[in-house]
Amino acid sequence: MSGNGDSTSRRALVALGRDPLAVTGGVVLVLLVVAGLAGSWLAPAGINEVDVDRMLQPPSWAHPFGTDELGRDVLSRVLVAARVSLQVGAVSVGIALLAGVTLGLFAGYYQGWLDNVLMRCMDVLFAFPVLLLAVAIVAVLGPGLSTAMVAIGVVYTPIFARVTRAGVLSVREQVFVRAAVATGASDLRIMRRHVLPNIAAPLIVQTSLSLAFAILSEAALSFLGLGVQPPEPAWGRMLYDGRGFVTDAWWLGFFPGAAIFLTVLAFNLVGDALRDVLDPRQLTVSEARRNAG
Amino acid sequence: MTRFILRRLLQSGIVLLGVTLVVFLLLQLVPGDPVRVALGTRFDPETYEALRSRAGLDQPLPVQYASYVGQALTGDLGVSFRSGRPVTAIVLERLPATLSLAITAVVFALLVAFPLGVLSALRSGSVFDHAARVFSQFGVSVPDFWMGIMGILLFAGVLGWFPPSGYVALTEDPAGWASHVFLPAVTVGLVTASILTRFIRSSVLEVLAEDYVRTAEAKGLPTRVVVVRHVLRNALIPVVTVVAVQLASLLGGVIVIEVLFAWPGVGRLTYDAVQARDYPVLQGAILLVAALFLLVNLLVDLLYARLDPRIRVR
Repeated sequence: MSGNGDSTSRRALVALGRDPLAVTGGVVLVLLVVAGLAGSWLAPAGINEVDVDRMLQPPSWAHPFGTDELGRDVLSRVLVAARVSLQVGAVSVGIALLAGVTLGLFAGYYQGWLDNVLMRCMDVLFAFPVLLLAVAIVAVLGPGLSTAMVAIGVVYTPIFARVTRAGVLSVREQVFVRAAVATGASDLRIMRRHVLPNIAAPLIVQTSLSLAFAILSEAALSFLGLGVQPPEPAWGRMLYDGRGFVTDAWWLGFFPGAAIFLTVLAFNLVGDALRDVLDPRQLTVSEARRNAG
Repeated sequence: MTRFILRRLLQSGIVLLGVTLVVFLLLQLVPGDPVRVALGTRFDPETYEALRSRAGLDQPLPVQYASYVGQALTGDLGVSFRSGRPVTAIVLERLPATLSLAITAVVFALLVAFPLGVLSALRSGSVFDHAARVFSQFGVSVPDFWMGIMGILLFAGVLGWFPPSGYVALTEDPAGWASHVFLPAVTVGLVTASILTRFIRSSVLEVLAEDYVRTAEAKGLPTRVVVVRHVLRNALIPVVTVVAVQLASLLGGVIVIEVLFAWPGVGRLTYDAVQARDYPVLQGAILLVAALFLLVNLLVDLLYARLDPRIRVR
């Protein structure tokens, strides 16, 4: 079944290359990765260089994004904070993907009571607004980057479980799966080699969109003082620290927020382009519209 | 229909029981003794013992859970570790502020999203459609708290049209309430509007492709009649669900906006409870929001089944 996976990847890449919005999103993501990896070297000043003589200076050639209430260079902090967002996105979505896909695979493949129990557990997690549950988990485990990543991973697990289960239900009745059962392949092997590659498309789309939401959630947690702790820079935390000065120093509110917005927008643009090519329902809608026209 | 209602009620009941278990377990996950952690420097043995005993923490875990659920069913969610007041009363006091903000935001969102979504679908591919899609992409990507900060900067700082934060009860001073609710409601409403615009657009597009719409057009009915009688009536059925789900999620999901605008709702209460480590209040606020969320979803499903009979047989 690997051939199917290859053609899915190829189709996705071709679609991304042809869609100008997706290319724009991709370029922003590449810049984000560069900032995340090399932010400390690219930063024009140290992120924790306090200078009381330079407090709350507006943007200038020396400090393109201005300085904060402690005289620190905002551009340097915005650049270095990209690493936190990337890290949170990758780790929290990684947790959600691993847990959600495993649960969804077992629920959809074995069905019966296991499916019922697992999916009702997912329904319970779905009953909480995302940010509220994340806040509750962080409140209990203590604020910090690691707990924020775990909390975001937990709240996004049910969506991956549901997407996976739905995919498994449609794939498990296919002839190639029944053939694999007939050859005596173990359940785990069938799930790994035959089911999983065939439900990769919706999972790829969900991963891309979840990365955007995970970054937004971390920014919200940090804005509430429950995510990254000072002095480490994070975009949400910078907004939280700067909100008291916002009417006097607009740059403290503008630049970190703009960085979050551009990052989330980039992930959404790439996610939307992927969905257009990989999710048949979207194609049906546009085709239907064309037919109607 | 009766069977459908009973089945949905049973499902919601099971999920609600699961919700109480999660909320109950939150307190158990607190590292160390939650009462000692909450009391901090205000620790004294008498208060400590009284709060522990009142919260039932001296009982075995299954007994604690059974008693938690039993008391919750009678509306007793325990007492605050900080003030000693009943949690139910504290949470219910905050509900009107959250409800007024959430409802205003959704009304604003509908006023923006409905014309935008419908026109964008009817003029699919036009400049207007592209502009609507840009708006919707912007809305789902922008952090609401950033938009709130920019709103404060512009409308409160530069123009001075609205107060930057604070709250006035609607019943006390409607004009004061309106000026205070404007910025937070528009901030939340714009994000909600972008989600609704996207959904209304795709829902209308889907219905436009249906055979009965083509038949109505073939009969020579005026476009306005086709759109109002055939397209909108059917396209808006699934929109009801999304609007209700958005409203339900706003009831608990506007913590950041309530904190930013010093709006004394359930979200702000949750935040204050986290800061004060007042775990019973945190549990109570979360339980109430999740229960409301489930209730709204249940009502929507029932309404949906009433509007669209196909749902009942699925």
